[in-house]
Amino acid sequence: MSRPIRVLVAKPGLDGHDRGAKIIARALRDAGMEVIYTGLRQTPEMIVNAALQEDVQVIGLSILSGAHNAIVPRVMDLLRQKDMTDVKVIVGGIVPDEDAEALKRQGVAAVFQPGASLEAIVTFIRGAVAE
Amino acid sequence: MKTVERQFTTISGVPVEPAYGPEDLHDLDPARDLAAPGEFPYTRGIHRDMYRGKLWTMRQFSGFATPEETNRRYLYLLAQGQTGLSVAFDLPTLMGYDADHALSEGEVGKCGAPVSSLEDMEILFRGIPLGEVTVSMTINSPAAVVWAMYLAVAEQQGVDWQRVSGTLQNDILKEYIAQKEYIFPPPQSMRLVTDTIEFGMRHTPRFNPVSISGYHIREAGSTAVQELAFTLRDGIEYVDWALERGLQIDEFAPRLSFFFNAHSDFFEEIAKYRAARKIWAHVMKERYGARSERSMKLRFHAQTAGCSLTWQQPYNNVVRTALEAMAAVLGGAQSLHTNSLDEAYALPGEHAVTIALRTQQVLAYESGVANAVDPLGGSYFLEKLTLETEAAAMDYIRRIDAMGGMIPAIDAGFPQTEIAAASYRYQREVEAGERIIVGVNRFQSDNQADGQPIELLQIDEASGKHQEAKLAALRARRDNGSVNRALSALKRAAEGTENTMPFLLDAVRAYATLGEICDALRAVFGVYTETPRL
Repeated sequence: MSRPIRVLVAKPGLDGHDRGAKIIARALRDAGMEVIYTGLRQTPEMIVNAALQEDVQVIGLSILSGAHNAIVPRVMDLLRQKDMTDVKVIVGGIVPDEDAEALKRQGVAAVFQPGASLEAIVTFIRGAVAE
Repeated sequence: MKTVERQFTTISGVPVEPAYGPEDLHDLDPARDLAAPGEFPYTRGIHRDMYRGKLWTMRQFSGFATPEETNRRYLYLLAQGQTGLSVAFDLPTLMGYDADHALSEGEVGKCGAPVSSLEDMEILFRGIPLGEVTVSMTINSPAAVVWAMYLAVAEQQGVDWQRVSGTLQNDILKEYIAQKEYIFPPPQSMRLVTDTIEFGMRHTPRFNPVSISGYHIREAGSTAVQELAFTLRDGIEYVDWALERGLQIDEFAPRLSFFFNAHSDFFEEIAKYRAARKIWAHVMKERYGARSERSMKLRFHAQTAGCSLTWQQPYNNVVRTALEAMAAVLGGAQSLHTNSLDEAYALPGEHAVTIALRTQQVLAYESGVANAVDPLGGSYFLEKLTLETEAAAMDYIRRIDAMGGMIPAIDAGFPQTEIAAASYRYQREVEAGERIIVGVNRFQSDNQADGQPIELLQIDEASGKHQEAKLAALRARRDNGSVNRALSALKRAAEGTENTMPFLLDAVRAYATLGEICDALRAVFGVYTETPRL
């Protein structure tokens, strides 16, 4: 049997609203994945370093403050610098459609907006890692 | 589609019987448990004539982009008939960082108004007479600093502090529990809160120095009972600290105010507000020996549930908000914020916020619900639910007492993990179709007309640059010698036991920035980091 999917769930930026991040982390764990939750106020550097150390296949970024356009591109840049482009990045939070499209053009695998189901997120991650 | 057996429970999971009657109220003694409106234990409301005497204050929480833009929105809202202001600050301000700090990048003006110095506060209230308008400020960890800025602006306007009226949220305990916007460790934060309570008692008799808040606890996913219990237990903690300081209960308790969520389960919410008043009245009288009725009367602000708003079919949010607001009114709220239909997307636009305000005006002037006090009192169902809510909340309060109070409970992660478990349980129920959310997991629509034709507020990315430029000019213009002297004096006060408020006032008057002041306090108090728990 293949090893479980490893996911880093991270809360970047100054925002402390962690309800969504915690629910996703629990749901992924219940779906059989290994989940590392970083806790709050992680810089892009801290997140990418944690992803490297924990050898994860997926990074989930939870951002509700509207700072996604400042934070996510820096995470993507750092992943490129460290040759970690095989790590899938997904973003969840209050992200307007046009921003979501722009983030995807920069290499984000998926953006989950309010109302996205846990099942859809689990299914997406399984599919993306299997690719 | 799989069929799911219908569950008859409140949104918090409390079972609901098919019907209620007198047999459910054997434990209820109307004279003891309800009394008349305006009479102990105030279950039915704190005023005999309630909204006939004075309607609730319509207070829309607002702030975005820059102090200049936010000031324009305030003038607009006042012109539309709003009766009080409520300031939303951005995340750097809430976390005690200036707009030009590295961690503020991308966050300036996004979730509220940026205020880095007294200059920003002056701009925020330009043309608004602080002796006449009551202002609520949602700020917690750096609340004492921001309040000092506010009092300094009142001073500049020539308004006597004795006349200044409003509310500082300043509830740090629920930050550790739920919203997580903390800077300093709990004991040092509690010292700052106690400083503001003491200072307010002596200098601003019409200002509420703390708004003990369940709103954020509920938004983090708690049940109604958890919201109620943790909030009231936080209140007990503030009272204990103020008494420890040597203040007398009836000197400060009348100015403690509360802030609850108005969630979507109509009767459960009304029961929650009624139980809150009853429990607090008993706590004040029996636990603390308060004699003043004003100490025993729980006054509260309510805000409709942000987490109940949906991204799908956003116009449905107008209906949700109206129902939630009606529960708050039937529950006897003193002031109310109604959310806007577009808030699952962005901060509210002007059109959306106007509809939200109009919703309150329709409730107040057309619906008739404000004509009689506690019109649902005596309903078998509501009275039973009120008793159950009270009993369940008291059970939590006793458990936290047994842990040694709220700070040990927070250290142990108790309220945090209780909330996370409730929030996950609820999400699982939604996922399984046991909880129906219209437009999300039932009655979905592909019709674009149900979707997105709402005009969203865009925060200009130049807001951050504008704030940075103003700060640079301020730092160059001010007398840096007096800034440094004020900051050194503040540090010495923080190291000792003196009240920090006079030192904060001196620092802000010298135009020391929020970040500089918080750095001075960080150096003395240290910073708090939580252990990540799932």
